[in-house]
Amino acid sequence: MNLWKLLMASTITLAASFAAANEDAKLSIEGLDIPVRVSVQSHTPEIDEVRSGWTFRKSETQDLQRDDFDNPAFVFVDQGIDLFDKIDGTAGKSCSSCHSDMNSFKGLRASMPRIANGQIETMEDLVNGCRTERMGAESWKWSSKNMTAVTALIGLESRGMPIKVKMDGDAAEFWEKGKDVYYARVGQLDMSCANCHEENYGNMIRADHLSQGQINGFPTYRLKNAKLNSIHARFKGCMKNIRATPYKEGGPEFRALELYLASRGNGLSVETPSVRN
Amino acid sequence: MRRIALAFFITIMTAASSFSEVVKPSEIVFEDGAVMESLTAQLGDPVNGRKIFMNRKQGNCLACHMNSEMLDQSFHGEVGPVLDGVADRWEKHELRGMLVNSKMMFEGTIMPAFYRDSGYSRNLKKFVGKTILSAQQVEDVLSYLLTLKEN
Ligand code: HEC
Ligand code: HEC
Repeated sequence: MNLWKLLMASTITLAASFAAANEDAKLSIEGLDIPVRVSVQSHTPEIDEVRSGWTFRKSETQDLQRDDFDNPAFVFVDQGIDLFDKIDGTAGKSCSSCHSDMNSFKGLRASMPRIANGQIETMEDLVNGCRTERMGAESWKWSSKNMTAVTALIGLESRGMPIKVKMDGDAAEFWEKGKDVYYARVGQLDMSCANCHEENYGNMIRADHLSQGQINGFPTYRLKNAKLNSIHARFKGCMKNIRATPYKEGGPEFRALELYLASRGNGLSVETPSVRN
Repeated sequence: MRRIALAFFITIMTAASSFSEVVKPSEIVFEDGAVMESLTAQLGDPVNGRKIFMNRKQGNCLACHMNSEMLDQSFHGEVGPVLDGVADRWEKHELRGMLVNSKMMFEGTIMPAFYRDSGYSRNLKKFVGKTILSAQQVEDVLSYLLTLKEN
Protein backbone atom coordinates (compact mmCIF):
# COMPACT_ATOMS: atom_id res chain seq x y z
CA MET A 1 0.00 0.00 0.00
CA ASN A 2 1.50 3.36 -0.95
CA LEU A 3 1.26 6.47 1.15
CA TRP A 4 -1.62 7.91 -0.85
CA LYS A 5 -3.71 4.79 -0.41
CA LEU A 6 -2.85 4.68 3.26
CA LEU A 7 -4.00 8.27 3.70
CA MET A 8 -7.21 7.59 1.80
CA ALA A 9 -7.84 4.51 3.85
CA SER A 10 -7.57 6.40 7.10
CA THR A 11 -9.92 9.15 5.89
CA ILE A 12 -12.43 6.50 4.93
CA THR A 13 -12.19 4.87 8.32
CA LEU A 14 -12.67 8.28 9.88
CA ALA A 15 -15.63 9.04 7.65
CA ALA A 16 -17.08 5.65 8.49
CA SER A 17 -16.80 6.26 12.19
CA PHE A 18 -18.63 9.56 11.79
CA ALA A 19 -21.22 7.90 9.62
CA ALA A 20 -21.70 5.02 12.00
CA ALA A 21 -24.94 4.92 13.88
CA ASN A 22 -24.91 4.86 17.58
CA GLU A 23 -26.65 1.53 17.44
CA ASP A 24 -26.78 0.93 21.16
CA ALA A 25 -28.15 4.36 22.01
CA LYS A 26 -31.24 4.63 24.18
CA LEU A 27 -34.16 6.83 23.22
CA SER A 28 -35.82 9.05 25.73
CA ILE A 29 -38.03 11.98 24.71
CA GLU A 30 -39.38 14.53 27.17
CA GLY A 31 -38.68 12.13 30.04
CA LEU A 32 -40.46 9.25 28.33
CA ASP A 33 -38.33 6.13 27.75
CA ILE A 34 -39.05 4.56 24.38
CA PRO A 35 -37.82 1.01 23.79
CA VAL A 36 -36.12 0.82 20.38
CA ARG A 37 -35.34 -2.91 20.41
CA VAL A 38 -37.67 -5.78 21.16
CA SER A 39 -37.29 -9.51 20.80
CA VAL A 40 -38.21 -11.40 17.67
CA GLN A 41 -41.78 -12.58 17.35
CA SER A 42 -43.06 -15.84 15.96
CA HIS A 43 -43.89 -14.23 12.60
CA THR A 44 -40.46 -12.58 12.13
CA PRO A 45 -38.03 -15.45 12.81
CA GLU A 46 -35.67 -14.36 10.01
CA ILE A 47 -34.31 -11.42 12.00
CA ASP A 48 -32.27 -11.33 15.20
CA GLU A 49 -34.11 -8.55 16.93
CA VAL A 50 -36.87 -6.11 15.99
CA ARG A 51 -35.28 -2.66 15.83
CA SER A 52 -36.52 0.85 15.29
CA GLY A 53 -35.09 2.72 12.29
CA TRP A 54 -33.83 5.25 14.84
CA THR A 55 -31.10 2.83 15.99
CA PHE A 56 -29.57 2.88 12.50
CA ARG A 57 -29.29 6.63 12.18
CA LYS A 58 -26.23 8.77 12.91
CA SER A 59 -26.05 10.24 16.36
CA GLU A 60 -26.74 13.79 15.09
CA THR A 61 -29.96 12.57 13.46
CA GLN A 62 -30.83 10.55 16.56
CA ASP A 63 -30.42 13.66 18.71
CA LEU A 64 -32.96 15.59 16.64
CA GLN A 65 -35.60 13.10 17.69
CA ARG A 66 -34.67 13.23 21.36
CA ASP A 67 -36.00 16.71 21.89
CA ASP A 68 -39.28 18.02 20.49
CA PHE A 69 -37.77 21.49 20.35
CA ASP A 70 -35.05 20.26 17.98
CA ASN A 71 -37.30 17.90 16.03
CA PRO A 72 -38.14 19.69 12.75
CA ALA A 73 -41.34 17.63 12.45
CA PHE A 74 -42.92 19.78 15.15
CA VAL A 75 -43.22 22.74 12.80
CA PHE A 76 -45.67 20.55 10.90
CA VAL A 77 -47.34 19.21 14.03
CA ASP A 78 -48.07 22.84 14.92
CA GLN A 79 -49.64 23.32 11.50
CA GLY A 80 -51.64 20.18 12.27
CA ILE A 81 -53.00 21.83 15.42
CA ASP A 82 -54.17 24.83 13.38
CA LEU A 83 -55.77 22.58 10.77
CA PHE A 84 -57.44 20.57 13.50
CA ASP A 85 -59.14 23.68 14.81
CA LYS A 86 -59.98 25.16 11.43
CA ILE A 87 -63.60 25.15 10.30
CA ASP A 88 -63.88 23.70 6.82
CA GLY A 89 -66.71 22.30 4.66
CA THR A 90 -70.47 22.70 4.36
CA ALA A 91 -71.27 21.56 7.93
CA GLY A 92 -69.36 24.48 9.44
CA LYS A 93 -67.25 22.23 11.63
CA SER A 94 -63.62 21.64 12.46
CA CYS A 95 -62.06 18.39 13.72
CA SER A 96 -62.07 19.87 17.23
CA SER A 97 -65.83 20.49 17.05
CA CYS A 98 -66.22 16.75 17.60
CA HIS A 99 -62.83 15.83 19.11
CA SER A 100 -62.44 18.39 21.87
CA ASP A 101 -59.99 16.21 23.73
CA MET A 102 -56.90 15.06 21.82
CA ASN A 103 -56.34 12.55 24.62
CA SER A 104 -59.11 10.42 23.18
CA PHE A 105 -56.72 9.48 20.37
CA LYS A 106 -54.37 7.78 22.81
CA GLY A 107 -53.51 4.31 21.52
CA LEU A 108 -55.09 4.77 18.12
CA ARG A 109 -51.83 4.94 16.11
CA ALA A 110 -50.59 1.80 17.89
CA SER A 111 -53.47 -0.27 16.50
CA MET A 112 -53.49 1.07 12.94
CA PRO A 113 -54.11 -0.07 10.31
CA ARG A 114 -57.08 -2.20 11.32
CA ILE A 115 -59.98 -3.98 9.69
CA ALA A 116 -63.37 -2.26 9.43
CA ASN A 117 -66.28 -3.65 7.41
CA GLY A 118 -64.01 -6.25 5.86
CA GLN A 119 -61.53 -3.66 4.56
CA ILE A 120 -58.21 -2.25 5.75
CA GLU A 121 -58.73 1.07 7.47
CA THR A 122 -55.76 3.44 7.80
CA MET A 123 -55.27 6.69 9.69
CA GLU A 124 -55.71 8.57 6.40
CA ASP A 125 -59.12 6.92 5.96
CA LEU A 126 -60.22 8.07 9.41
CA VAL A 127 -59.19 11.66 8.66
CA ASN A 128 -60.84 11.73 5.26
CA GLY A 129 -63.91 9.93 6.60
CA CYS A 130 -64.52 12.75 9.08
CA ARG A 131 -63.80 15.39 6.46
CA THR A 132 -66.14 14.10 3.79
CA GLU A 133 -68.93 12.55 5.91
CA ARG A 134 -69.09 14.78 8.99
CA MET A 135 -67.66 18.10 7.84
CA GLY A 136 -68.81 18.17 4.24
CA ALA A 137 -65.23 19.05 3.27
CA GLU A 138 -63.00 17.83 0.47
CA SER A 139 -60.85 14.81 1.17
CA TRP A 140 -57.13 15.35 1.44
CA LYS A 141 -54.61 13.62 -0.80
CA TRP A 142 -52.84 10.66 0.82
CA SER A 143 -49.41 12.23 1.28
CA SER A 144 -50.38 15.90 1.21
CA LYS A 145 -48.99 18.46 3.61
CA ASN A 146 -52.32 18.78 5.42
CA MET A 147 -52.83 15.04 5.72
CA THR A 148 -49.34 14.28 7.09
CA ALA A 149 -49.56 17.23 9.51
CA VAL A 150 -52.80 15.93 11.00
CA THR A 151 -51.81 12.24 11.04
CA ALA A 152 -48.58 13.29 12.82
CA LEU A 153 -50.60 15.22 15.41
CA ILE A 154 -52.93 12.29 16.05
CA GLY A 155 -50.05 9.78 16.06
CA LEU A 156 -48.16 11.83 18.64
CA GLU A 157 -50.88 11.07 21.19
CA SER A 158 -49.74 7.42 21.14
CA ARG A 159 -46.03 8.11 21.36
CA GLY A 160 -44.25 5.53 23.49
CA MET A 161 -47.13 3.06 23.35
CA PRO A 162 -46.37 -0.44 22.02
CA ILE A 163 -47.54 -1.21 18.50
CA LYS A 164 -50.20 -3.87 18.64
CA VAL A 165 -51.61 -4.43 15.20
CA LYS A 166 -54.05 -7.25 14.71
CA MET A 167 -52.95 -9.81 12.16
CA ASP A 168 -55.25 -12.77 12.71
CA GLY A 169 -58.99 -13.30 12.23
CA ASP A 170 -60.43 -10.94 9.64
CA ALA A 171 -56.99 -9.35 9.17
CA ALA A 172 -55.35 -12.63 8.14
CA GLU A 173 -56.09 -12.54 4.42
CA PHE A 174 -54.78 -8.95 4.13
CA TRP A 175 -51.72 -9.85 6.17
CA GLU A 176 -50.92 -12.72 3.79
CA LYS A 177 -51.32 -10.42 0.82
CA GLY A 178 -49.00 -7.85 2.38
CA LYS A 179 -46.47 -10.55 3.04
CA ASP A 180 -46.56 -11.53 -0.64
CA VAL A 181 -45.87 -7.94 -1.64
CA TYR A 182 -42.99 -7.76 0.87
CA TYR A 183 -41.24 -10.80 -0.59
CA ALA A 184 -42.00 -10.18 -4.29
CA ARG A 185 -39.04 -9.29 -6.51
CA VAL A 186 -39.85 -6.25 -8.61
CA GLY A 187 -38.30 -3.76 -10.99
CA GLN A 188 -35.26 -3.89 -13.22
CA LEU A 189 -33.05 -4.36 -10.15
CA ASP A 190 -35.27 -7.34 -9.32
CA MET A 191 -35.31 -6.91 -5.56
CA SER A 192 -37.83 -7.39 -2.77
CA CYS A 193 -38.26 -5.34 0.38
CA ALA A 194 -36.81 -8.34 2.22
CA ASN A 195 -33.57 -8.28 0.18
CA CYS A 196 -32.65 -4.96 1.74
CA HIS A 197 -34.61 -4.70 5.00
CA GLU A 198 -34.57 -8.31 6.21
CA GLU A 199 -31.39 -9.80 4.73
CA ASN A 200 -29.20 -6.71 4.85
CA TYR A 201 -30.25 -4.42 7.67
CA GLY A 202 -27.18 -3.10 9.43
CA ASN A 203 -25.18 -3.09 6.19
CA MET A 204 -24.22 -0.01 4.24
CA ILE A 205 -25.61 0.24 0.72
CA ARG A 206 -23.37 2.98 -0.65
CA ALA A 207 -23.99 5.94 1.71
CA ASP A 208 -27.16 4.49 3.27
CA HIS A 209 -27.23 2.43 6.43
CA LEU A 210 -29.99 -0.11 5.89
CA SER A 211 -32.62 -0.42 8.59
CA GLN A 212 -35.42 -2.96 8.96
CA GLY A 213 -37.81 -0.59 7.18
CA GLN A 214 -40.09 -0.32 10.21
CA ILE A 215 -43.04 2.09 10.09
CA ASN A 216 -43.47 2.87 13.80
CA GLY A 217 -42.23 6.46 13.40
CA PHE A 218 -44.46 7.64 10.56
CA PRO A 219 -45.22 10.16 9.32
CA THR A 220 -41.52 10.81 9.45
CA TYR A 221 -39.57 14.02 8.89
CA ARG A 222 -36.76 13.48 6.39
CA LEU A 223 -33.76 15.77 6.23
CA LYS A 224 -33.56 14.86 2.56
CA ASN A 225 -36.83 16.57 1.58
CA ALA A 226 -37.47 18.67 4.70
CA LYS A 227 -41.08 17.60 5.14
CA LEU A 228 -43.26 14.93 6.68
CA ASN A 229 -43.45 11.73 4.65
CA SER A 230 -46.31 9.25 4.68
CA ILE A 231 -45.84 5.50 4.91
CA HIS A 232 -47.08 4.94 1.37
CA ALA A 233 -44.83 7.68 -0.02
CA ARG A 234 -41.85 5.85 1.48
CA PHE A 235 -42.97 2.56 -0.09
CA LYS A 236 -43.24 4.37 -3.40
CA GLY A 237 -39.73 5.81 -3.05
CA CYS A 238 -38.17 2.43 -2.30
CA MET A 239 -39.95 0.86 -5.28
CA LYS A 240 -38.76 3.59 -7.63
CA ASN A 241 -35.21 3.14 -6.38
CA ILE A 242 -35.26 -0.46 -7.54
CA ARG A 243 -36.73 0.71 -10.86
CA ALA A 244 -40.15 -0.77 -10.15
CA THR A 245 -43.52 0.77 -11.02
CA PRO A 246 -44.89 1.68 -7.59
CA TYR A 247 -48.37 0.67 -6.50
CA LYS A 248 -50.87 3.47 -5.89
CA GLU A 249 -50.83 5.34 -2.59
CA GLY A 250 -53.98 4.24 -0.79
CA GLY A 251 -54.36 1.24 -3.11
CA PRO A 252 -54.99 -2.34 -1.93
CA GLU A 253 -51.34 -3.48 -2.26
CA PHE A 254 -49.87 -0.66 -0.14
CA ARG A 255 -52.66 -1.01 2.42
CA ALA A 256 -51.86 -4.70 2.79
CA LEU A 257 -48.12 -3.98 2.89
CA GLU A 258 -48.72 -1.37 5.61
CA LEU A 259 -50.65 -3.89 7.70
CA TYR A 260 -47.96 -6.53 7.24
CA LEU A 261 -45.08 -4.17 8.05
CA ALA A 262 -46.89 -2.72 11.06
CA SER A 263 -47.21 -6.28 12.40
CA ARG A 264 -43.46 -6.85 11.94
CA GLY A 265 -43.02 -3.91 14.29
CA ASN A 266 -45.44 -5.20 16.93
CA GLY A 267 -43.91 -4.50 20.33
CA LEU A 268 -41.88 -1.51 19.14
CA SER A 269 -43.17 1.85 20.31
CA VAL A 270 -44.94 4.53 18.35
CA GLU A 271 -42.26 7.17 17.59
CA THR A 272 -44.40 9.54 15.57
CA PRO A 273 -43.12 11.98 14.40
CA SER A 274 -39.65 10.49 13.87
CA VAL A 275 -36.61 12.05 12.17
CA ARG A 276 -34.68 10.29 9.43
CA ASN A 277 -32.18 11.32 6.77
CA MET B 1 -24.16 12.74 -54.84
CA ARG B 2 -22.08 9.67 -55.39
CA ARG B 3 -19.97 10.57 -52.37
CA ILE B 4 -23.06 10.83 -50.21
CA ALA B 5 -24.38 7.53 -51.47
CA LEU B 6 -21.08 5.86 -50.74
CA ALA B 7 -20.91 7.32 -47.24
CA PHE B 8 -24.46 6.13 -46.63
CA PHE B 9 -23.58 2.64 -47.83
CA ILE B 10 -20.57 2.50 -45.52
CA THR B 11 -22.63 3.65 -42.54
CA ILE B 12 -25.18 0.91 -43.15
CA MET B 13 -22.46 -1.70 -43.50
CA THR B 14 -20.71 -0.74 -40.27
CA ALA B 15 -24.00 -0.54 -38.39
CA ALA B 16 -24.95 -3.97 -39.68
CA SER B 17 -21.63 -5.52 -38.78
CA SER B 18 -21.55 -4.05 -35.28
CA PHE B 19 -25.09 -5.35 -34.70
CA SER B 20 -24.21 -8.86 -35.63
CA GLU B 21 -21.18 -8.78 -33.35
CA VAL B 22 -23.15 -8.04 -30.20
CA VAL B 23 -24.69 -11.02 -28.46
CA LYS B 24 -28.28 -10.26 -27.51
CA PRO B 25 -29.43 -11.04 -23.94
CA SER B 26 -31.77 -13.73 -25.27
CA GLU B 27 -28.91 -15.44 -27.14
CA ILE B 28 -26.64 -15.89 -24.15
CA VAL B 29 -25.61 -19.40 -23.22
CA PHE B 30 -24.62 -20.14 -19.62
CA GLU B 31 -22.33 -22.98 -18.61
CA ASP B 32 -22.53 -23.49 -14.84
CA GLY B 33 -23.24 -19.80 -14.45
CA ALA B 34 -20.34 -18.76 -16.69
CA VAL B 35 -20.48 -17.16 -20.14
CA MET B 36 -17.60 -18.35 -22.34
CA GLU B 37 -17.84 -16.01 -25.33
CA SER B 38 -17.29 -12.27 -25.30
CA LEU B 39 -20.52 -10.27 -25.78
CA THR B 40 -18.85 -7.97 -28.33
CA ALA B 41 -16.11 -8.07 -30.93
CA GLN B 42 -14.35 -5.13 -29.32
CA LEU B 43 -11.96 -5.60 -26.42
CA GLY B 44 -13.09 -4.37 -23.03
CA ASP B 45 -11.75 -1.03 -21.77
CA PRO B 46 -10.73 -1.28 -18.10
CA VAL B 47 -10.53 2.48 -17.64
CA ASN B 48 -14.11 2.92 -18.74
CA GLY B 49 -15.06 -0.19 -16.75
CA ARG B 50 -13.74 1.43 -13.60
CA LYS B 51 -15.99 4.46 -14.20
CA ILE B 52 -19.03 2.26 -14.78
CA PHE B 53 -18.24 0.37 -11.57
CA MET B 54 -18.58 3.51 -9.45
CA ASN B 55 -21.25 5.36 -11.45
CA ARG B 56 -24.52 5.39 -9.51
CA LYS B 57 -26.62 5.33 -12.68
CA GLN B 58 -24.64 2.56 -14.39
CA GLY B 59 -23.01 -0.40 -12.59
CA ASN B 60 -23.12 1.17 -9.13
CA CYS B 61 -21.20 -1.91 -8.02
CA LEU B 62 -19.69 0.16 -5.22
CA ALA B 63 -23.16 0.41 -3.66
CA CYS B 64 -22.78 -3.18 -2.51
CA HIS B 65 -19.08 -4.01 -2.83
CA MET B 66 -16.09 -2.63 -0.97
CA ASN B 67 -13.11 -2.22 -3.32
CA SER B 68 -9.73 -1.07 -1.93
CA GLU B 69 -8.52 -0.07 -5.38
CA MET B 70 -11.10 2.76 -5.23
CA LEU B 71 -10.46 4.39 -1.89
CA ASP B 72 -10.61 7.75 -3.68
CA GLN B 73 -14.37 7.14 -3.66
CA SER B 74 -16.26 7.43 -0.39
CA PHE B 75 -19.07 5.11 0.68
CA HIS B 76 -18.31 1.53 -0.21
CA GLY B 77 -21.17 -0.89 0.33
CA GLU B 78 -21.26 -3.93 2.61
CA VAL B 79 -24.04 -5.94 0.98
CA GLY B 80 -21.78 -8.13 -1.19
CA PRO B 81 -18.27 -9.57 -0.75
CA VAL B 82 -15.19 -7.32 -0.83
CA LEU B 83 -13.91 -7.41 -4.42
CA ASP B 84 -10.19 -7.10 -3.61
CA GLY B 85 -8.34 -9.80 -5.53
CA VAL B 86 -11.51 -11.03 -7.18
CA ALA B 87 -9.59 -11.95 -10.36
CA ASP B 88 -7.51 -14.40 -8.32
CA ARG B 89 -10.66 -16.20 -7.20
CA TRP B 90 -12.67 -16.38 -10.43
CA GLU B 91 -12.04 -17.09 -14.09
CA LYS B 92 -12.85 -14.50 -16.72
CA HIS B 93 -15.87 -16.36 -18.08
CA GLU B 94 -17.25 -16.89 -14.59
CA LEU B 95 -17.03 -13.17 -13.86
CA ARG B 96 -18.76 -12.46 -17.19
CA GLY B 97 -21.56 -14.82 -16.22
CA MET B 98 -21.99 -13.01 -12.86
CA LEU B 99 -22.24 -9.67 -14.60
CA VAL B 100 -24.73 -10.89 -17.19
CA ASN B 101 -26.98 -12.60 -14.64
CA SER B 102 -25.54 -13.41 -11.23
CA LYS B 103 -28.60 -15.50 -10.36
CA MET B 104 -27.24 -18.21 -12.66
CA MET B 105 -24.24 -18.47 -10.32
CA PHE B 106 -25.69 -17.47 -6.93
CA GLU B 107 -29.24 -18.63 -6.51
CA GLY B 108 -31.55 -16.01 -5.02
CA THR B 109 -28.85 -13.34 -4.83
CA ILE B 110 -29.71 -9.67 -4.33
CA MET B 111 -27.16 -8.73 -7.04
CA PRO B 112 -28.97 -7.43 -10.14
CA ALA B 113 -28.55 -9.01 -13.58
CA PHE B 114 -26.77 -6.39 -15.66
CA TYR B 115 -27.43 -7.88 -19.09
CA ARG B 116 -30.94 -9.22 -19.06
CA ASP B 117 -33.85 -7.46 -20.76
CA SER B 118 -36.92 -9.53 -19.90
CA GLY B 119 -38.57 -11.55 -17.17
CA TYR B 120 -39.01 -8.61 -14.79
CA SER B 121 -42.12 -7.84 -12.80
CA ARG B 122 -43.49 -4.26 -12.55
CA ASN B 123 -40.44 -2.89 -14.34
CA LEU B 124 -40.59 0.90 -14.75
CA LYS B 125 -41.83 1.77 -18.22
CA LYS B 126 -38.62 3.46 -19.27
CA PHE B 127 -36.58 0.33 -18.54
CA VAL B 128 -38.88 -2.18 -20.23
CA GLY B 129 -36.97 -4.24 -22.79
CA LYS B 130 -33.68 -2.68 -21.67
CA THR B 131 -30.60 -4.05 -19.95
CA ILE B 132 -28.91 -2.17 -17.07
CA LEU B 133 -25.58 -2.17 -18.93
CA SER B 134 -24.86 -2.53 -22.66
CA ALA B 135 -22.87 -5.49 -23.96
CA GLN B 136 -19.80 -3.29 -24.33
CA GLN B 137 -20.20 -1.88 -20.82
CA VAL B 138 -20.30 -5.44 -19.44
CA GLU B 139 -17.06 -6.25 -21.27
CA ASP B 140 -15.54 -3.01 -19.97
CA VAL B 141 -16.43 -3.78 -16.34
CA LEU B 142 -15.16 -7.32 -16.86
CA SER B 143 -11.80 -6.10 -18.08
CA TYR B 144 -11.61 -3.82 -15.04
CA LEU B 145 -12.44 -6.68 -12.65
CA LEU B 146 -9.59 -8.69 -14.22
CA THR B 147 -7.18 -6.03 -12.96
CA LEU B 148 -8.23 -6.67 -9.32
CA LYS B 149 -5.42 -9.04 -8.35
CA GLU B 150 -3.55 -9.44 -5.11
CA ASN B 151 -1.05 -12.09 -6.03
C1 HEC C 1 -32.20 -1.41 -2.62
C2 HEC C 1 -32.53 -1.46 -1.25
C3 HEC C 1 -33.96 -1.27 -0.79
C4 HEC C 1 -35.08 -1.96 -1.13
C5 HEC C 1 -35.20 -3.12 -2.10
C6 HEC C 1 -36.17 -1.39 -0.36
N1 HEC C 1 -35.71 -0.38 0.43
FE1 HEC C 1 -36.74 0.59 1.90
N2 HEC C 1 -35.12 1.73 2.33
C7 HEC C 1 -33.88 1.62 1.70
C8 HEC C 1 -32.98 2.59 2.25
C9 HEC C 1 -31.51 2.80 1.83
C10 HEC C 1 -33.71 3.31 3.23
C11 HEC C 1 -33.21 4.44 4.13
C12 HEC C 1 -32.41 3.88 5.26
C13 HEC C 1 -33.22 2.89 6.04
O1 HEC C 1 -34.04 3.28 6.89
O2 HEC C 1 -33.10 1.67 5.77
C14 HEC C 1 -35.05 2.72 3.26
C15 HEC C 1 -36.06 3.11 4.15
C16 HEC C 1 -37.28 2.50 4.26
C17 HEC C 1 -38.28 2.83 5.25
C18 HEC C 1 -38.16 3.91 6.33
C19 HEC C 1 -37.68 3.32 7.62
C20 HEC C 1 -37.62 4.34 8.73
O3 HEC C 1 -37.15 3.97 9.82
O4 HEC C 1 -38.01 5.48 8.56
C21 HEC C 1 -39.35 2.01 5.02
C22 HEC C 1 -40.65 1.98 5.79
C23 HEC C 1 -39.01 1.17 3.88
N3 HEC C 1 -37.76 1.48 3.45
C24 HEC C 1 -39.84 0.20 3.34
C25 HEC C 1 -39.53 -0.54 2.19
C26 HEC C 1 -40.48 -1.41 1.52
C27 HEC C 1 -41.90 -1.65 1.96
C28 HEC C 1 -39.84 -1.94 0.44
C29 HEC C 1 -40.39 -2.81 -0.67
C30 HEC C 1 -41.48 -2.30 -1.42
C31 HEC C 1 -38.49 -1.44 0.46
N4 HEC C 1 -38.35 -0.57 1.52
C32 HEC C 1 -37.49 -1.81 -0.43
C33 HEC C 1 -33.52 0.68 0.75
C34 HEC C 1 -34.37 -0.26 0.18
C1 HEC D 1 -27.43 -4.86 -4.64
C2 HEC D 1 -26.19 -5.46 -4.36
C3 HEC D 1 -25.15 -5.72 -5.43
C4 HEC D 1 -24.79 -4.96 -6.52
C5 HEC D 1 -25.37 -3.63 -6.97
C6 HEC D 1 -23.71 -5.65 -7.15
N1 HEC D 1 -23.42 -6.80 -6.46
FE1 HEC D 1 -21.94 -8.15 -6.89
N2 HEC D 1 -22.58 -9.36 -5.38
C7 HEC D 1 -23.56 -9.05 -4.47
C8 HEC D 1 -23.69 -10.14 -3.53
C9 HEC D 1 -24.65 -10.20 -2.35
C10 HEC D 1 -22.76 -11.13 -3.93
C11 HEC D 1 -22.50 -12.50 -3.28
C12 HEC D 1 -23.23 -13.56 -4.03
C13 HEC D 1 -24.39 -14.09 -3.22
O1 HEC D 1 -25.47 -13.49 -3.26
O2 HEC D 1 -24.19 -15.07 -2.53
C14 HEC D 1 -22.06 -10.60 -5.07
C15 HEC D 1 -21.02 -11.25 -5.73
C16 HEC D 1 -20.20 -10.67 -6.68
C17 HEC D 1 -18.97 -11.23 -7.19
C18 HEC D 1 -18.30 -12.51 -6.69
C19 HEC D 1 -17.40 -12.06 -5.56
C20 HEC D 1 -16.65 -13.14 -4.83
O3 HEC D 1 -15.62 -12.82 -4.26
O4 HEC D 1 -17.12 -14.28 -4.82
C21 HEC D 1 -18.49 -10.34 -8.11
C22 HEC D 1 -17.22 -10.48 -8.93
C23 HEC D 1 -19.41 -9.24 -8.19
N3 HEC D 1 -20.43 -9.46 -7.29
C24 HEC D 1 -19.25 -8.13 -9.00
C25 HEC D 1 -20.15 -7.07 -9.11
C26 HEC D 1 -20.04 -6.00 -10.07
C27 HEC D 1 -18.88 -5.83 -11.02
C28 HEC D 1 -21.15 -5.22 -9.92
C29 HEC D 1 -21.59 -4.04 -10.74
C30 HEC D 1 -21.56 -4.10 -12.16
C31 HEC D 1 -21.90 -5.76 -8.82
N4 HEC D 1 -21.27 -6.90 -8.36
C32 HEC D 1 -23.06 -5.21 -8.30
C33 HEC D 1 -24.31 -7.89 -4.44
C34 HEC D 1 -24.28 -6.88 -5.41
